Amino acid sequence: MKDFAALFTRIDESTKTSVKTAALADYFQTATPEDRLWTIALFTGRRPKRTITATRLREWAAEVAGLPDWLFEESYSIVGDLAETIALVLPPPTLQSDQTLTHWITTIKTLSTLDDDARKAGILAAWDSLPNTERFLFTKLLTGGFRIGVSAKLITRALAQATGQPEPELTHKLMGNWTPDTTTWAHLIEADDPTADLSRPYPFYLAYQLDGFDDLGAPGDWNAERKWDGIRGQLIIRGGEHHLWSRGEDLMTDRFPEFAQLKDYLPDGTVIDGEVLAFAHEVPLSFNALQKRIGRKTVPKKLLAEAPVILMAYDLLEHAGQDIRHHPLQDRRAALDGLVAQTPQAAPLRLSASVPFETWDDLRTARDQSRNLNAEGLMLKRRDSPYLSGRKRGDWWKWKIDPLTIDAVMIYAQAGHGRRANLFTDYTFAVRDGNDLVPFTKAYSGLTDAEFREITAWVRKNTLQRFGPVRQVPAQHVFEIAFEGIQASPRHKSGVALRFPRMLRWRRDKPVQEANTLDDLKELLATFG
Amino acid sequence: MADVLTFTDRGIYCPAGDFYIDPWKPVDRALITHGHSDHARPGMGRYLATTGTAPVMRHRLGTITLDTIPYGEVRQIGDAAVSFHPAGHVPGSAQIRVAVKGEVWVVSGDYKTVADGLSEPFEPVPCHAFITECTFGLPVFKWTPQDILARQINDWWAANAAAGRTSILGAYALGKAQRLLATVNPEIGPILTHGAIENTNAVLRNQGFALPQTTLVTAGITHKTHPGALVLATPSALGTSWARRFGPASTAFASGWMALRGVRRRRAADRGFIVSDHADWEGLNTAIKATGATRIFATHGYTSVFQRWLADQGYDAHIVSTDYHGEGFDQADEVEA
Repeated sequence: MKDFAALFTRIDESTKTSVKTAALADYFQTATPEDRLWTIALFTGRRPKRTITATRLREWAAEVAGLPDWLFEESYSIVGDLAETIALVLPPPTLQSDQTLTHWITTIKTLSTLDDDARKAGILAAWDSLPNTERFLFTKLLTGGFRIGVSAKLITRALAQATGQPEPELTHKLMGNWTPDTTTWAHLIEADDPTADLSRPYPFYLAYQLDGFDDLGAPGDWNAERKWDGIRGQLIIRGGEHHLWSRGEDLMTDRFPEFAQLKDYLPDGTVIDGEVLAFAHEVPLSFNALQKRIGRKTVPKKLLAEAPVILMAYDLLEHAGQDIRHHPLQDRRAALDGLVAQTPQAAPLRLSASVPFETWDDLRTARDQSRNLNAEGLMLKRRDSPYLSGRKRGDWWKWKIDPLTIDAVMIYAQAGHGRRANLFTDYTFAVRDGNDLVPFTKAYSGLTDAEFREITAWVRKNTLQRFGPVRQVPAQHVFEIAFEGIQASPRHKSGVALRFPRMLRWRRDKPVQEANTLDDLKELLATFG
Repeated sequence: MADVLTFTDRGIYCPAGDFYIDPWKPVDRALITHGHSDHARPGMGRYLATTGTAPVMRHRLGTITLDTIPYGEVRQIGDAAVSFHPAGHVPGSAQIRVAVKGEVWVVSGDYKTVADGLSEPFEPVPCHAFITECTFGLPVFKWTPQDILARQINDWWAANAAAGRTSILGAYALGKAQRLLATVNPEIGPILTHGAIENTNAVLRNQGFALPQTTLVTAGITHKTHPGALVLATPSALGTSWARRFGPASTAFASGWMALRGVRRRRAADRGFIVSDHADWEGLNTAIKATGATRIFATHGYTSVFQRWLADQGYDAHIVSTDYHGEGFDQADEVEA
C-alpha cells in the first residue's frame, strides 16, 4: 500500500502529464502483477464490490473520532469526499502495516462474509494501522468512485512505456467488463488478442466543437448528420450474444431489452456505433422521455411502451468479424446501410441519415432546424476518415446549437465543497413575477475563478439571513443562465425544471428590473418543453 | 451586568472606555490586535497596539497616531482596564483583555496555540467572555507538527536543488513567510524573497527577530545566479512572469487550506504544505477551555458549525458578524503589501 500511496501522491500533486505518466510507468515496472492490475482497474473505474454501506462507515468514523453525527456531516459537506473526511477526522494510527494494495482489497472483499461486529472490527483495525494517505485510499476503496485526474489515455501511455506495446492496442485491451477477479495481468496485458473477450467494445471516437469552416476544405469532402440528443452507445453482436456499451464504458444491455431482437437480424461479428434514442412514429422524442429510462436497471412494461428506444446507427466498426475501423467512413457507412436495410422496419434500428448540403450556408440552415427535430446540432465527418479512438481534432466535428438562455436574479448562495470549499459557488436564481421573485433553478458552474472570488466577498458582506449553510442575499445581481432543455415540473415552485443549467455570464450591465419574468419562462416552456 | 463589549457595524466597541477593537470603519480610537490588513485598517483617529506590532503598522499604514503598550501592562481607558497578551498568530500579535467592574472579556483577534519558533507563544487569558475566531473550526483541520513540517519542506527543497530545480514557496508577506524562514534549513541553498516579503523581513529584523539571510529578487537574479534557491513569494506572484525567471521550478503553497485535497488541487501548485497562523480544531477547543469563559462569540470562519458545537458543549455561544477574513487565499490579503 505504501508504494501505491506514493504513486497516488505523485500523481495527485502534479499538474504535469509527463510527471504523472512517469510515476505510473515506474509503478508498472516495480509493483507486483496483482497490484498493477488492481491499479489499472481502479484508475479505469473498476472497483471492488461495496461491502459496507457509507452510512455505517460514517457512524463508525464519527464514533472513533468522538464527534456527534451532525458535525461529521457538516465536515463531510465541506470536504466533499467521504473517504477524505474520514481519514482527516480519525485520530492518528497507533499501529503500522506493510501490506500490499491487493492485500487490502482482499480484506475488503472478505468483509462481506462476516457479521456486522466483525466487519466493524476489521475496518477499525485497518484505520488504526494506516497513516494519512494510505488510510484515505483504503477508505476510498470502501466507498468507491476512484477518480483522481488520471485519464484512460494517460494509463495507456504509461503502460506503453512500461511494456513496449503500442498505445492503440493497449487502449483496446483495457476496454470492456474485465475485473481483476476475472483476468490476470498476463492475460489482459501480455496476451496477444484483444478480441478474445467477446463483449469487449472498441474505444469511442469523440469529436471537438467546430470552431469555423476555414480549415475544412471543400464541403464535398464532408458528410453531415444530425447530432442526436440521446445516449451514445456501441452495440456488439458476437457469438450469438449482444452487448450494449455506453461511452462511459457502462454495460447497458439490460436497461434496453429492445435491442435483444437485433441479434436475429444482424450477423455475428457486427459492431455498430450510434445513439440510443427514445423514438416513436419515426421521430425522436425529447431527451426527457429517455431520461425516465436512464439509471433504471430493469424496465417495467409500461415504461417500455411510453418511451420505446431505437439505436440511431451512424458507424460500423466491425463487419463480418473484421475490425474495419481503418476503412474510410463512406465505405463503413455503405456497409452499415446494407445491414440496416436488411432489418425489418419494426426492429429498433435506423440509419442516421446524411443531411444533404452544397455549401456551408446550406448547413447553417439545416442546423437551425435542430430543435424541431429534437437534435442538438450537426455532426461533420470527413468522408475518407478512419474511426480513431478518443477525442481527436481534424476529421470529426460537432456543431451544436446555442443553448436556451434566460436572465435571472441571484437570491441565495451556498459554499461549494471539495475544490471550492471556501468559495460561494452554488447559487439559486429567480425570475420576476410582479414584485415577487420566484426561484426556478440552481447553478454552480460557468463563472471564472476571479468572478467566484468576487461574488464570495460580496456574499460575505451582504448576507441578509442564514438558513444553515445557505445565505440569502439581496436581489442585486443578474446572470444569464444557459440550459439545454426545459420541462414542466409540479415539484418546483416555478413549475419548470431545466436541463443542465449553468451560468453563461454575469450581466453586470443589467439591473434587476430587466431580468426575465415568470411569463418569459412559461413561454420558453410552451415553445421548447 | 452590562456587556463589556458590544458589536456594531464599525467594529467591536467598548462603551465603558469609548474605544473600538480592530474596527473596519473609521473611528476615533482603535485598539489593534495585529498588523494584518483586515484587522489594522487605515483612517482611525488614534491607534493603540503592542510594541511588537507598531513597526509593521507604521510600515503599512504610513503616518498614523500610534501609541504602544508592552504585553501584560494594564492601561486604564475610561472605566475599562485594558491589557494585551500574546496570541501566537504573528510576531507582535495580541489578544486584548478588557475588564470593567470585575467582568473580563477577551478579544482573541487571530491566534494559534502551537509555538512556531518566531511569534511570542499564545497565552491563555482567564475571562468571562471570549471572542474567538474559528477560521478552521472544523474537526478535519489538524496541523502538521512543526518538526515534521520542517522536514517536509527541507526534503522538498533539497530534492529540487539536487534535480536542478528552483523551489518557489508561496506564503503571506507578514507572519507566514517569516515563520517559514525560521523553519527551513538555510544550509540547503540560497533564499530569495519577493519585495513584499523582504520589506516585512526588514521591519522584523529591525525589531530584533533573528531571520536567516535572504536576498531580494531584483532584475538580474535568476536560477543561473542562484542555483538550487528557495524563493519565498507572495501567493499572487506564483505563476506570473515574475516567477518564470527561475527556470525549471517546483511550486508549493503554505496554508491551512492545504489540508483539503480539493483546495490543494485547485491551487495547482506542485506541493501543498499544511501550515497556518490560525488555530486548528484542537487548538480552538483547548484555547477556549483554558480561558474558563462561559460566553463565547465566534467571529469569522465556520461560525455556524462552531457555534453549534460550542452550544452542544454547554457554552453560551453566539455568532458575531464582522469584516475579518481569516486565512483566505481567495481574498484581498493575498495581495497585501
